[in-house]
Amino acid sequence: MSQRVGQLAGIKFSKIEKQFGKLYALRRLDFDVAPGECVALTGRNGSGKTTLLRIATRLTRPTRGEVTFTGAAPGETPAIGYVSHALMLYEELTAAENLLLFAKLLEVPNLAARAAQLLEAANLTSRASSLVRTFSRGMKQRLAIARALLQEPSILLLDEPATGLDTESAARLVNTIRQLRDEGCTIVMSVHGESELSRLATRAVRLDAGALIADTRDGATFQNVFATGEVS
Amino acid sequence: MKLLSDTTVLLQKELQAEFRSHELLTTASIFILIVIVLFSFTFDPTSAESKQFGPGLLWLAFLFSASLMLQPSFLKERTNDTLSALRLAVGDPFAIFLAKLCANTVFLLITQLLLLLVFGVFFNVSVLPIFPKLALVFFLGSLGISTTGTALSAVSSQARMREVLLPILLLPLLVPVLIPSAEATRALFEPEHALRWDWLGILIAFDVVFLTALWLFGEYLLEE
Repeated sequence: MSQRVGQLAGIKFSKIEKQFGKLYALRRLDFDVAPGECVALTGRNGSGKTTLLRIATRLTRPTRGEVTFTGAAPGETPAIGYVSHALMLYEELTAAENLLLFAKLLEVPNLAARAAQLLEAANLTSRASSLVRTFSRGMKQRLAIARALLQEPSILLLDEPATGLDTESAARLVNTIRQLRDEGCTIVMSVHGESELSRLATRAVRLDAGALIADTRDGATFQNVFATGEVS
Repeated sequence: MKLLSDTTVLLQKELQAEFRSHELLTTASIFILIVIVLFSFTFDPTSAESKQFGPGLLWLAFLFSASLMLQPSFLKERTNDTLSALRLAVGDPFAIFLAKLCANTVFLLITQLLLLLVFGVFFNVSVLPIFPKLALVFFLGSLGISTTGTALSAVSSQARMREVLLPILLLPLLVPVLIPSAEATRALFEPEHALRWDWLGILIAFDVVFLTALWLFGEYLLEE
């Protein structure tokens, strides 16, 4: 099993608040994600999961508080892979063109080989030259996950990554996440309820109306956190 | 260096996507054809009138078609939130603007070429002898339009009334481009075919000011 020595990175959320007009999306969130931790982020729709993940990517600026990365040099951001609700793919480009475009921007070494490897892992090699607009939702989701893994991220942020996946693809995703977790990649994934994916987590966090209401590393209490937010 | 390489990669993507779909160029070409034909039939100008009023009509038609072309520049990045993917991948967000700005300038110049041909035919004006000088005026004018239009496209793509907001913001802001461009073109249509550097100077100043502003503040336009 390979380890990501020297690439380990964690996330520190310090008193994060996010307001959209008068609406509080996040309320004084104050917690750390340790390097190599796999966090299942749960909560009802509108509880602030997506906002928190976007703040972690620095795509969204918090109204108050700050996000810092442990293990990274001061002022530097570690390699972050992000899979969002929106697919973040160009429909008018082919699957291979999408991966190559982002690989070039991210300065991925051996980009053609890396793109081919990820297309193979996503079971999309035969459709590499097809336009993304001809793909099903599940195929697009697999390609979106492949795009997020291009630069072998130290931190992987997944917003409901199993959306649209069939059983076989979901199983592939679980294997990929398990492998990344075992390699020491820090993972934060938003999930709804207990699933094969959430069982990979080493920690469960529940948000409600933008506030953290449950946070546990005790696997025995995960089920309660996913169901109600009660830790014990 | 990273800015340059990112810009090149993104410019290739912009050109590849457009030359594959031809969506912008086809729409703008049809629009220009309609506007020039309508202007021609409505005013039925003589050759002298064409040279006097033609440049104004030419640039007005061009401005309208530009507002049509620039609208999707950032709007299309909203479809799958590809703008977020770009922001995560590029070293400097200015690369996103620079690539779109270059692509938009190329698209505007292509439509201008068509516009000139149609204008020459319908308004009975010979544009070939002054083409190199016209190209300079059109390049400077297009750069001003695409710099402003690209920035405003980023702003309007995040607004509620995004479909109508861009023309409302763009057209008044482009008056300092419209007047010097039309005047410089009119001077070229006169018998001396003179390049009016006073008007071109205004165009150059406009381009430099807006490009610098985009470089300095562009990042804030991309934030949510």
